[in-house]
Amino acid sequence: MVPIRSGSFTIGSPANEDGRDEDEAPQKKVQVSGFWMGEKEVSFGEWDTFFKNMEVPQTKDISVDAVSRPTAQYIDLTWGMGRDDRHPTNSMSQQAALMYCKWLYDKTGVFYRLPTEAEWEYACRAGTQTATPFGNDARSLEAYGYFKGNSEGKFHKTASLKPNGWGLYDMLGNLSEWTLDQYQTDAYAKLPSDAKDPLVAPGSKYPKVVRGGSYLDNAEELRCANRIASSASWNKRDPQIPKSKWWLTDGMFVGFRLVRPGKAPTKAEIEKFFESYLK
Amino acid sequence: MENEKLHRSRRDFVKQSTMLAGGIVAMPLMSNAGYFQSVDDTIKVAVIGCGGRGTGAAMQALSTKQNVKLVAMADAFRDRLDNSYKALMDGDEGDVKERVAVTEETKFVGFDAYKKVIPLADVVIIATPPGFRPIHFEEAISQGKHVFMEKPVATDPAGVKKVLEVAEIAKKKKLNVIVGLQRHYQTSYRELYKRVQDGMIGDITSGQVYWNSDGVWVRPRQAGQTEMEYQMRNWYYFNWLCGDHITEQHIHNLDVMNWFKGAYPVKAQGLGGRQVRNGKEYGEIYDHHFVEFTYADGSIMNSQCRHIKGTYSIVDEMMVGTKGTVKCGAAEISSKGKTLFKFDKAKENEPYQNEHDELFAAIAKGEYKFADAENGARSTLTSIIGRMATYSGQIIEWDKTLNSGISIQPQKYAWDAPPPVLPDANGFYPIATPGVTKYFS
Repeated sequence: MVPIRSGSFTIGSPANEDGRDEDEAPQKKVQVSGFWMGEKEVSFGEWDTFFKNMEVPQTKDISVDAVSRPTAQYIDLTWGMGRDDRHPTNSMSQQAALMYCKWLYDKTGVFYRLPTEAEWEYACRAGTQTATPFGNDARSLEAYGYFKGNSEGKFHKTASLKPNGWGLYDMLGNLSEWTLDQYQTDAYAKLPSDAKDPLVAPGSKYPKVVRGGSYLDNAEELRCANRIASSASWNKRDPQIPKSKWWLTDGMFVGFRLVRPGKAPTKAEIEKFFESYLK
Repeated sequence: MENEKLHRSRRDFVKQSTMLAGGIVAMPLMSNAGYFQSVDDTIKVAVIGCGGRGTGAAMQALSTKQNVKLVAMADAFRDRLDNSYKALMDGDEGDVKERVAVTEETKFVGFDAYKKVIPLADVVIIATPPGFRPIHFEEAISQGKHVFMEKPVATDPAGVKKVLEVAEIAKKKKLNVIVGLQRHYQTSYRELYKRVQDGMIGDITSGQVYWNSDGVWVRPRQAGQTEMEYQMRNWYYFNWLCGDHITEQHIHNLDVMNWFKGAYPVKAQGLGGRQVRNGKEYGEIYDHHFVEFTYADGSIMNSQCRHIKGTYSIVDEMMVGTKGTVKCGAAEISSKGKTLFKFDKAKENEPYQNEHDELFAAIAKGEYKFADAENGARSTLTSIIGRMATYSGQIIEWDKTLNSGISIQPQKYAWDAPPPVLPDANGFYPIATPGVTKYFS
């Protein structure tokens, strides 16, 4: 993991940024506490230590009461893109990603979680204020992130391209990444100035925020400020009701990376955290 | 149902009276039964089999544009029915609860529950384990109902024969029948099919089809269950209910080649077994099959299906023709490395929903458009001759099998009746053995 020092930055994008959506406004100054962040998207090699751990029970439902593993996939949800240890793990729900965190916590005693939107954007920007940390020119993107223009329609092994200024690979592109935040179009309008570690608390199942854009997206989606809202359509081809709590049949472009807060929360805070997401 | 009609008519009445701006329009209309019938466009649906798929299908039926109401539910088990009802009413996956008009009096459980819900509906969704499909389909058609039924449509040759007979009756009665081989209702497949029909790859000479995955759920035996109840709960692993995964799942891929080829195989031979998934909780089915199907013109379909955790996973179909190749998963047609057509996946539809959108649109307009049962039965038979080939290690012929009368169904459907396969003293079931298992002398 890479240490990300505490600091402040301007969240959101200016009106003249190409591809900018209204939900990226108004720009606000935000303070972020220090944390460590996974330099890569979580890979199948890592995920499988959890997913294929026979000692952990497999359950259909997700409950905070017990660590459990995802059910089997009826079909291959990499859709043939590859399942090497270094490929980024994909197609999981936000809750599945958080159960991976809970499993890690139970195993190691260290609390890892998904980043907040603010943490994610702060780390992605790596001190820049341009559309991407590599400037405003979409052509520079090719060396740093997989998008529609250079992905050949599939995700690639993590860290195959160059990292951003803070040493983080594939923040933009390859897979879009889960954050903790519930999606609200007007999230920034509601932010007080100089908000510290803002987070929109979990509410309904949809929509939640993913960030970074993916191998399927056009270059303009791969911007530090771009906010993508999850939806029920990401599971539209799941023929069963209730639909899988673990998998997204149509979310092959979604993955995640971990953060570890600089100041470890107390046991009670950690329990409260998992209770609020895995209910 | 009477109440529901009244409710709807009141709504229409309110709408009319506001349009007439004064509301003088007359209460007497309320007692005019003829009037109510003429405005009532409700399509009543019953679901038989309230598992995940039955509930999903009901949800999709209720998500169509037509005025569809779910009026009755049937399942072998009360808890399965209750979970399904709850999922529909919760609205977690979409808001359809206003269209659920099921009451305590229209919920039925047990082996004969299907007989009680069919009379209450215009359209019947049949989504029980496939072993029951022939008898449920027969009853629905004999009562003049339109049908949406899941694949496969039988688990044995006698069941296939029955479905083919009933399919003929459905045609004569002009009853719409859709079978849940949803690739027929998926835009990418339709676009590929159209081009293959137009000759883009020439004549199909061979194909490879796959359903290799980790497998599905297991439901452990509970204390106090009769053998029949246990098998009904853990149905995936018993052939009279499921037909083995070559039939229950892999039928999708076998069906695609049949569809694109415009033909059905004349024979099959292959190999299979249960090397990894061989515990007693896995009943009697194999964990892998590899079958070579031969069509009348000599073309071959190679079929792989596997349920083994941690192995290479692929669900796909590809076919080679005299002029090119079609890859269904990639939705691409190519020739000598050159792409001739590539479907834009951004234009993909939701095939499970589309099955219902098209069915209910046709029914609402009084159209007769869908007769899927015959193809459903023949693609089911394709999978069954594949299973019989791997189980026996012999060549299994289509015609001979279809007319064999082979049935693997129980003599009697009752909780205390013996299912057709029984465990030994250690709880293990007899397993088909190539070279020993025989279907024809």
